[in-house]
Amino acid sequence: MNKIFKMAIRNLMRYKRRTLLTSLLITVGILTVILFSGLAGSFKEMMIGQITDSNLAQMQIHKKGYVSSIDSMPLNLNLSPKEYKTIEKILQNHPDVEAYAPRIKLSTMLSNYAETTNIRLNAVDPEKETMVCPDVTNRMVFKDNVREKIFVKPGEIIIPKNLATGMKLKAGSPVVIVAQNKDGSINGLNFTVAAIIESVLGPQGKEGYIHIKDARTLLRMEKPEVTEIAIRIKNFNQLSAVYTDLKSSLLKFKNKKGGSIFEIHTWEKLSPFINIANMIDLMTISMKLIMIAIVLISILNVMIMSVYERIREIGTMIAIGTSPGKIMGLFLSEGFFLGLISGLAGNIIGIAGIYLLNIFKIRFSFGRMDNLLLSPAININELFWLTAIVLLVSVFATLQPAYKASKMEPVDALRHV
Amino acid sequence: MALVQIENVSKTYQMGEVEVKALQDVSLSIEEASFVSFVGPSGSGKTTILNMIGCLDKPTVGDVFVAGEHINLLNRKQSAVFRGSALGFIFQSFNLLPVLTTYENIEYPLVMIKNISQSMRSEAVHKVLKSVGMLEQKDKFPDQLSGGQKQRVAVARALVTQPKLVLADEPTANLDKKSAVNVIQLMRSMRDEFGTTFIFSTHDPKIMKEAEVIFTLEDGMLLPGEENK
Ligand SMILES: Nc1ncnc2c1ncn2[C@@H]1O[C@H](COP(=O)(O)OP(=O)(O)OP(=O)(O)O)[C@@H](O)[C@H]1O
Ligand SMILES: [Mg+2]
Repeated sequence: MNKIFKMAIRNLMRYKRRTLLTSLLITVGILTVILFSGLAGSFKEMMIGQITDSNLAQMQIHKKGYVSSIDSMPLNLNLSPKEYKTIEKILQNHPDVEAYAPRIKLSTMLSNYAETTNIRLNAVDPEKETMVCPDVTNRMVFKDNVREKIFVKPGEIIIPKNLATGMKLKAGSPVVIVAQNKDGSINGLNFTVAAIIESVLGPQGKEGYIHIKDARTLLRMEKPEVTEIAIRIKNFNQLSAVYTDLKSSLLKFKNKKGGSIFEIHTWEKLSPFINIANMIDLMTISMKLIMIAIVLISILNVMIMSVYERIREIGTMIAIGTSPGKIMGLFLSEGFFLGLISGLAGNIIGIAGIYLLNIFKIRFSFGRMDNLLLSPAININELFWLTAIVLLVSVFATLQPAYKASKMEPVDALRHV
Repeated sequence: MALVQIENVSKTYQMGEVEVKALQDVSLSIEEASFVSFVGPSGSGKTTILNMIGCLDKPTVGDVFVAGEHINLLNRKQSAVFRGSALGFIFQSFNLLPVLTTYENIEYPLVMIKNISQSMRSEAVHKVLKSVGMLEQKDKFPDQLSGGQKQRVAVARALVTQPKLVLADEPTANLDKKSAVNVIQLMRSMRDEFGTTFIFSTHDPKIMKEAEVIFTLEDGMLLPGEENK
């Protein structure tokens, strides 16, 4: 066996330039895949991190039907205190849930005593909210730059920057918020601007924050209702498992008509970024397919040439009694080693490339978020699979030429010049 | 039965519309340990008959027996096994494997065909290397050897499996006169040393003279009166 390997490697060395060029091509293919999936993957992860850690949270539970009518922010689809308790119990008992936070969402009017505009508000319990979205305050600019643990207190409001600019508001400015409750009566409340939110991706970028107690006062709630419950789990990689788990627990609760009372969604259903994330995945897969095509075609090409150039040699080997299996083995090993050399080179250069990218940190802007720092990474698992695929494709590409070689008639092959 | 027995063998090649009769009704036998040459002009059928005896090709008509095997009946795989175990080959253009050293080329049939243990291989290879006088060149690659040296290595490769019969189609055609005679004499001394039967073809009269049995072919037919010296 190792004699066959030795011959295969020497045959590759025999056509040094060709071997070098082919493996260079494959190396570049692998390198591109590693760099692309490293960069794209880290971009995706970072964006998802932004979305889930700063405003949306990883999962949300609502009254059934809320998400499909979320644009009108209906107040009649809130969770009653009893329902909230029920869900709370489930969440507290689930070992993978790290934190949860109640929110009330409301669509209101904001006035600076001269002008009035619309604003959507997230009414939160700041202590619980920071547990669920640890980065919630990252893009808030507070008065005198003092950031407090309880980022919004009763009587305070945090507004997005574009609105603040338009209404000429800054931290410390007094405003009035007017809202209609679900019975149709209108109520107003005075607030002080506590902080301005710098640009944030997506529709959430237009939302402000108040304390949940204020929302209840404003909406004249008789009982402490909740619009949504935001959830953070211990290990983000377990998201779909925990989601399925919680979903089945929640589905047990039915109304009189037999329909379910609650609904639960992951960030994927709540943020339009999932489309970009899917696109990134699709592009990564396309890159891999292109790489497979490169490996397939270049190895096939080289091996067809090798077989053609060595017809007399193959004839000699068969004439003196070499079995077809050994001839096949010889050429398959050649294809395999060609793939292996290229694969290793691609891996080494790819890892070096990722390392360099991390040294010369790349910053970029996306939407209105800028100065985002990418930290491309590649996991060992992925490298392993990439290499395995390259090897597999190499051997596959060699099958036909190798088979052809093994089936040669020695008389014809020997006559070949 | 003789080592090689050819009975009423004809070989016809179809070249489009035209039939080429490469051999016509040839019968002959070759005894063990003889030193035989097929001679004749170009196209007379020397390669064709050697391929037949070498189990590389099959007759259109007639029977070929080699070392007791009826080679008409062997399939592709059996033929390969038979060639590997009972026959040795020497080629006109040496056909050494360019990626293997002298030593490895000679070792090749023992590893790739016969699966013989390392220590026994080493012994067998050294023995033939010494016999053909190529021990000092054992680590050289074929492109570092002269034509005569390459053919000596090829002789050693053919002999290392201790075959009953070695076939050599024009083994001296690519060699200068001196090396040509040397290689033929080497083959004969190998026959003397190991008792191996050698069958070679040539159209060089000087080389022909070295043979003990000469078969002359012309237009695919065996001329009467084989010459015994
Ligand atoms: N595969 C083939 N297809 C068609 N015709 C063939 C084939 N092989 C040999 N022939 C023909 O058979 C005849 C005998 O050929 P062969 O090669 O045996 O001659 P030879 O004596 O070895 O000649 P040379 O001295 O030139 O090697 C020639 O006429 C040749 O053209
Ligand atoms: Mg010939």
